[in-house]
Amino acid sequence: MSVQNQKLDMLSLLKESGLAALIAAALALPLAGFKTFDVNGTLTAETRFNWVLVAAVVVFFGRMAISIGQKTFFPSMGQAAGGAAGSIGDVINQNRTLLLCLLLAAVIIFPFTPMANRHSLDLAVYVLIYVMLGWGLNIVVGLAGLLDLGYVAFYAVGAYSYALLATTYDLSFWICLPLAGIFAASFGIILGFPVLRLRGDYLAIVTLGFGEIIRVVLLNWYEFTGGPDGISSIPKPTFFGLAEFSRSGSDGLPPFHELFGIEYSSLHKFMFFYFLILALALVTNLFTLRIRKLPVGRAWEALREDETACRSLGINPTNTKLSAFAIGAMFAGFAGSFFATRQGFISPESFTFIESAIILAIVVLGGMGSQVGVVLASIVLVLGPEIFRELAEYRMLAFGGLMVLVMVWKPKGLMSKRNPTVLMHNDTNAKQGAAK
Amino acid sequence: MEYFTQQLINGVTLGSIYGLIAIGYTMVYGIIGMINFAHGEIYMIGAFVSMITFLVLTLVGGIWLPLALLAALIMAMLFTSIWGWTVERMAYRPLRGSFRLAPLISAIGMSIFLQNLVQVLQGARVKPLQPLISGGFEIMEKDGFTVTISYLQIFIIVLTIVLMTIFTLLINKTSLGRAQRATEQDRTMAALIGVNVDRTISTTFVMGAALAAVAGLMVTLYYGVIDFYIGFLAGMKAFTAAVLGGIGSIPGAMLGGLLIGLIEAFWSGYFTIEYKDVAAFSILVLVLIFRPTGLLGKPEIEKV
Amino acid sequence: MSDQSHEVSGVPLLEVEHLTMRFGGLVAIGDLSFTAMREQITALIGPNGAGKTTVFNCLTGFYKPTEGRLTLHHPVKQEQYYLEQMDGFRIPQVAGVARTFQNIRLFGNMTVLENLLVAQHNKLMVESGFSVFGLLGLKKYRKAEAEAIELAKYWLDRVGLYDKADWNSSNLPYGDQRRLEIARAMCTRPQALCLDEPAAGLNPKETLEMNELFHFIKEEEKIGLLLIEHDMSMVMEVSDHVVVIDYGRKISDGTPDHVKNDPAVIRAYLGEEEDEELPPEVAQDFEGENA
Repeated sequence: MSVQNQKLDMLSLLKESGLAALIAAALALPLAGFKTFDVNGTLTAETRFNWVLVAAVVVFFGRMAISIGQKTFFPSMGQAAGGAAGSIGDVINQNRTLLLCLLLAAVIIFPFTPMANRHSLDLAVYVLIYVMLGWGLNIVVGLAGLLDLGYVAFYAVGAYSYALLATTYDLSFWICLPLAGIFAASFGIILGFPVLRLRGDYLAIVTLGFGEIIRVVLLNWYEFTGGPDGISSIPKPTFFGLAEFSRSGSDGLPPFHELFGIEYSSLHKFMFFYFLILALALVTNLFTLRIRKLPVGRAWEALREDETACRSLGINPTNTKLSAFAIGAMFAGFAGSFFATRQGFISPESFTFIESAIILAIVVLGGMGSQVGVVLASIVLVLGPEIFRELAEYRMLAFGGLMVLVMVWKPKGLMSKRNPTVLMHNDTNAKQGAAK
Repeated sequence: MEYFTQQLINGVTLGSIYGLIAIGYTMVYGIIGMINFAHGEIYMIGAFVSMITFLVLTLVGGIWLPLALLAALIMAMLFTSIWGWTVERMAYRPLRGSFRLAPLISAIGMSIFLQNLVQVLQGARVKPLQPLISGGFEIMEKDGFTVTISYLQIFIIVLTIVLMTIFTLLINKTSLGRAQRATEQDRTMAALIGVNVDRTISTTFVMGAALAAVAGLMVTLYYGVIDFYIGFLAGMKAFTAAVLGGIGSIPGAMLGGLLIGLIEAFWSGYFTIEYKDVAAFSILVLVLIFRPTGLLGKPEIEKV
Repeated sequence: MSDQSHEVSGVPLLEVEHLTMRFGGLVAIGDLSFTAMREQITALIGPNGAGKTTVFNCLTGFYKPTEGRLTLHHPVKQEQYYLEQMDGFRIPQVAGVARTFQNIRLFGNMTVLENLLVAQHNKLMVESGFSVFGLLGLKKYRKAEAEAIELAKYWLDRVGLYDKADWNSSNLPYGDQRRLEIARAMCTRPQALCLDEPAAGLNPKETLEMNELFHFIKEEEKIGLLLIEHDMSMVMEVSDHVVVIDYGRKISDGTPDHVKNDPAVIRAYLGEEEDEELPPEVAQDFEGENA
């Protein structure tokens, strides 16, 4: 490249970065350039132009760095980065079974290690709830390609079903769990039946509206749901109806430590919750892995690819979508009743749109349809904010920004490699086309 | 009857605001076939920009009211348009031609981002603003119930009518409007005959954002309180309005907005105020079931 | 058309009677009637925009015809189905009418084999006890799946894609994609197969192979084929029966020999001046068979 050419490049680079900085300043001027605050009930404003300056400078150099990076260091930065992520995916895929076994073993041993205490177990349970919800939503979004923005509504239906059944009728957790799943699935069918005939994006908005309706109803139907006060003293589950987790036992059940002749530990209860949600999550996962290889699972994926072609092959699109929608709702219902029993208290606060957005982000960022991706994304998105607690204010900001960035950078998510559900040839030679 | 008239006036005012936001949804949907999920947030930014303009104007000293309104209108439209343009450029344009759900998810991310950005920059508390325009006409009175139409309501309704007229002329009579309609029909073909597709799409976002900014200004004046969260509900209702009117149809968006405003006003006037948001969504679901193309929408012919 | 010799004889499979399709004020198809016979290849030809694909879309339930009756005489079930009254997805499922698309519509991110298994969805769904047996891993379902794979293998062998069975279908070359789409349609075990420009974009060798495939399907599967095609030499070679439409109306109907000498057809293709000589390459196409 000649000197003159480089000069020209430099000039256009400056121009580009300058323009970007100018736009950034214009964007920041009204919103960051003035600070509004209350003085004795009257709103007033003061200038904060230094923030605008900072925004402009950051964007100027940021834009420049990106351009220089793209042109000189990595002529195809996007591809290189994509390739790196791809190769990580490949490594994971090659040693899949081994890695999964190790992971599972670690997860099972974890509560018995010295690392397990009340706090860490609580956090693990928290992450596992999202893993389960992510796996459940993955059936709807990842496999069937239906954008459900009101997934949290089914989670709420599950939670309230358990809470109401347990507090009103004194039913045990083990009876309520399937009931909660059935209720949530029924809601899914009732909602899905009219709207699943419509185009994909309408579904997104209707499910979003449905999520809000459920929340508003929970908030206002005071006699039934307790309104904003929610429902408290939700009973804890028993050890499969055999024992109880308190020191002395109650309801005619012996305490857990006596049943097994071990010493009492307050950790037992948390360990039980941990294994319970782990089991529920694994059931969701195994179910998904299995159903993917069944005709209905293939039909879901086919619908995601091309609905018109599906109809021409005699597949009933409405029923097929409905089954994905209802099954996804059912798992949310299970997760909801677990949530209710673990918290002991639920209120509409826990079921806002943001929850739906988080679950969706877990599915999308993980790579739609990828089960491992969901786990990784849950850990990052749920554990991350817990670790950086001081930055809680910026949590959702980073979250939204991350969603946009990942979409722009890798629209199919971080782990987007799809494994065929069935193979004709087992030798790798013939698979070359699949890898292409 | 008096009560009815009062609700009618309130409903039309509210409907004007929804209609202005709904146009942004419907135009973007018409031209690139995506739901611009962040549009509600653009409207929220419009409300904040107008509020800050008013505050700054008060700080520099009293200013003749119509001039202040004009200044706020221009500022809100200008700065909000830049936001609208940037959102399209950063979050949607790179995803054009990507798989179906990608831009929608990016839009949801953008919506969360903008909401929290404003929260971080301006704080989470509600922002109350001194009423700027007060007073009104008393239209009728009976049994101690007075029906009033405030100056503010007149301002909102008249401004909406003026803007919508200008806007309709812009779409129907100018080459910009023609380029938009061409891009809507067939993007590749439009590009081949020399329409700058990127610029046309950007302009669409800018126009939508400008109208949403006006709605933001109106809401700031009308309710007197705003916060970073107002975009979510308003956005959803405006989208409902767009679907109700027939998505892609601009007169439909206006009509839909008006209907949603009226439904909400009458619902809170005659039934329970708590469920007014539910009313709008229930109507959305019903419309989608019985008339998926909306009131003024054209039936979609599937190309196979 | 009083002369009887050009009339096509056979057992009726698909009867189109007075089919009319209007979009708003536009009449895409006006009062079209013809009959496709069992174990024959019926070609639907006509200039661009004549409404051929619209006929297919009506037959396969993508459009609801404005007027008319579409009857399928199912040779195995001995039943009659009125296609215009059926939901789109039930037409392939119950009446056994399968189709391919002008712009190939494969499930791009799924493998070739998976594409063929999706085509056998309804049968497998029943065999898997609507997923219950499948989830439990019962033998019944595993046997059914093995059979489905056998059928897929049979058609993959036919279209020469067996070696590429595990490829992502979007990675296949264009010609392979066309043949895969036909194989997929055949996996639904249809009675009538509607092919929308199956030879578009194929080279002469591939077109020849395509012809052989059609003959094979007709002879071995004993089903009827309906074909939209522009390649005139192909149409004249493979078809038993040709229906010509123009501006949504039928202008000629009969054996290939009859149609290619029909003045109405020549007029539609070449314009009004009847006495003008055919351009040499067109004439060759029309007469290629006789030579």
